Amino acid sequence: MSVPRFWRRLKNLYNLIGTHCEKCGGYFYPPRNMCPKCRRNGIVNPFKFNGYGEVVTYTIVHTSAKDYSKLTPYILAIIKLDEGPRLTSQVICDHSDIHIGLRVKAAFRKLGEESDKGMIYYGTKFVPI
Amino acid sequence: MRDVAIIGVGCTEFGELWDKSFRELFVEAGVSAIEDANVQGGKIDALYVGNMSGGRFIEQEHLGALIADYSGLASLHIPSTRVEAACASGGLALRQGIIAVASGYHDIVIAGGAEKMTDVGVETTTDALAAAADREWEGIMGATFPGLYAMIAKLHMHKYGTKQEQLAAVAVKNHHNGTMNPKAQFQNEISIEAVINSLMVADPLRVFDCSPITDGASAVVIAPADIARKYSDTPIYVKASAQASGTISLHDRPDITTLDATVAAANWAYKMAKLKPKDIGFAEVHDCFTIAEICAIEDLGFVKKGEGGPATESGMTAIGGKTPINPSGGLKACGHPVGATGVKQAVEITLQLRGEAGRRQIEGAEIGLTHNVGGSGGTAVVHIFGRDK
Repeated sequence: MSVPRFWRRLKNLYNLIGTHCEKCGGYFYPPRNMCPKCRRNGIVNPFKFNGYGEVVTYTIVHTSAKDYSKLTPYILAIIKLDEGPRLTSQVICDHSDIHIGLRVKAAFRKLGEESDKGMIYYGTKFVPI
Repeated sequence: MRDVAIIGVGCTEFGELWDKSFRELFVEAGVSAIEDANVQGGKIDALYVGNMSGGRFIEQEHLGALIADYSGLASLHIPSTRVEAACASGGLALRQGIIAVASGYHDIVIAGGAEKMTDVGVETTTDALAAAADREWEGIMGATFPGLYAMIAKLHMHKYGTKQEQLAAVAVKNHHNGTMNPKAQFQNEISIEAVINSLMVADPLRVFDCSPITDGASAVVIAPADIARKYSDTPIYVKASAQASGTISLHDRPDITTLDATVAAANWAYKMAKLKPKDIGFAEVHDCFTIAEICAIEDLGFVKKGEGGPATESGMTAIGGKTPINPSGGLKACGHPVGATGVKQAVEITLQLRGEAGRRQIEGAEIGLTHNVGGSGGTAVVHIFGRDK
């Protein structure tokens, strides 16, 4: 991923900032510039999630794309934040401890790296509470 | 809108075809479809080319023009359009061809699909395919395609008690069907034990739960139904063509184990064809992973939600069963050149309905359905075909 494309999303990736629609009360992460429910009638503002949630489903990835090969195998999961929205991220814990329903909280971690000289991606992963 | 029929079909062999280029594959499939339909090149009004990622796989875009040129149709200036919806690119190209003829805008149209996936290494292929998901919010988090479908499988197992052996039963059945398809990438039988002991890709999906990386192309010739018999003794009629969108990200799906785009496309298709799931004799569905076939037979209404695993294990979806699924071997055994798959499914239905499917022929096949998915369910395309209008 190019530097500007990643840089543009830093605040969202680092601080779990998504979107709140004042019209319907919906919370969205990843951020959206249009409310998917109210569309043009929505009033969307940035919203910082508290970072707590639970594992909806997960897998342990053994074959990854190249930027993530140093982390492999890793736990990929869909997490439901307490405010409502779901997102895809990784859970850092012993592979025997991961399960559906596990309570987790956000943590700032390295996501991947392009190569020895390339960009290192940081962002939000999750750890058990 | 007027009725539409398929009057010719063509397909290359599927596999790791290192000695064949993208353009050679497409031309080979297109020519065999044209010869099958007995149509002269000058009669062709338009060309639709399904392709997911020429830019990543062969560093080539502008594929419509490339294919028109190498098909000898550039000198006739025949319009040629590349169509993309990830792994549903072929199904969309087919649908665009059908719409073009049904609307009366064109008469004879070629709809084809092709993908050349083995010119790059497996890491690039994995990354290119990951582009079918949301790159900024799934891909960057380390989501791969097997990873996404593995999360569907994990939750399906948790909610419905689906077992590893039931996932494996999909692969075993489709490999068996592949042994009877001379175009299939894999024509060997495998056992349940072989699947559940194969290399882990993304828990619970193992390498034999995954469709392979494949080169290949397929094409069909589409014509108005009222002139179809001029070209073919056994035209196959399009009874429904439906396409639906779902969220690009799996995490935003209302139910992670349901591809709601499949449900929507299927409902529209059944309504259009005035048919119900029980009227469908057999189907080619999008089994990019074994769990995907289980979800597909549920979401298409062949079984209730959660019963896809036991139904597969019981033999319901085998050739000779109540609703045979993927007689071609499916994506799993026939192979999955992503842009070609949606068209290949229509080729298989046509051969089956004509009674030309050889050893894998389904007896008494009258109505067949195709189901093609882009990504984890962001796009779904469902077509229904019949021997009669």
